[in-house]
Amino acid sequence: MSARIGIVTFPGSLDDRDAARAVRLGGAEPVALWHDDAMLRSVDAVFLPGGFSYGDYLRCGAIARFSEVMGLVRDAAGRGMPVLGVCNGFQVLCESHLLPGALVRNAHLRYRNRPARLRVETAATAWTNAYASGAEVVFPAKHGEGRYVADEATLDRLEANGQVVFRYLDNPNGAMRDIAGVSNEAGNVVGLMPHPEHAVEALTGPSTDGLGVVASITAYLNEGAAR
Amino acid sequence: MARVVVDVMLKSEILDPQGEAVLGALPRLGVNDVKSVRIGKRVEIEFDPSVTNAEEQSQIIADQLLANPVIENFTVSVLSEDAV
Repeated sequence: MSARIGIVTFPGSLDDRDAARAVRLGGAEPVALWHDDAMLRSVDAVFLPGGFSYGDYLRCGAIARFSEVMGLVRDAAGRGMPVLGVCNGFQVLCESHLLPGALVRNAHLRYRNRPARLRVETAATAWTNAYASGAEVVFPAKHGEGRYVADEATLDRLEANGQVVFRYLDNPNGAMRDIAGVSNEAGNVVGLMPHPEHAVEALTGPSTDGLGVVASITAYLNEGAAR
Repeated sequence: MARVVVDVMLKSEILDPQGEAVLGALPRLGVNDVKSVRIGKRVEIEFDPSVTNAEEQSQIIADQLLANPVIENFTVSVLSEDAV
């Protein structure tokens, strides 16, 4: 049976359909989850897509954190369920304290919309195991509040633990230490600003590197099923 | 009635690009003596007249929602004391 990946739609989510399409192209089964339903519908993993949940009011992701479904996502993540947050989804995970740090306004104050070259810093997460550590990938980046910040002690800890998952090769937003994506300590929760789900077909994306994310989670879940 | 103001500011070590942009525009007004500009948020909260713990509730609101402790500090000020 193919892996069931839940994709949450918040009011203002934009990339939920692309996420579902990417999941399907990668051979898994996308399952629509609704922000206001306290139901995870027996999914094996959760994908929080990009967009502007709740209009990005107050801070990006700050209101989404208190939605019905996020309470369940937080509990499930604590029990080891894989959770991926892309762009606004990453912001939601940071606001929910599922990931360390925060995402603030780009240093140059401009919205950035272009392919981003990234290095996969670790393959030891549920969402990156299909890549080689150190592999270079190209995912589209499109955000106004994507500058990753955390205090120095937290950054040092992330580096030491191998929790920096993606790093920009051409930092588009002033992110500290060129960080594009991080994981929690266990490696089941990953967030990144650039969009793997927009890099799954040659016709519409700058690469097909994003399929590796779906391949990773599928492999991770199959391995779990085999254990 | 309890009126409470919550001020939220980026921590000093967090770059404030909006403040920098405003600072950069000041010479165009002929103002050249400003060293730094920081931009924050002011949130005004009005409680039901019956509320007796407005300050306590405001602390919860500010700590859990209005400010993100990773990047921001906040202060809570009670404006009218009569119902607090």
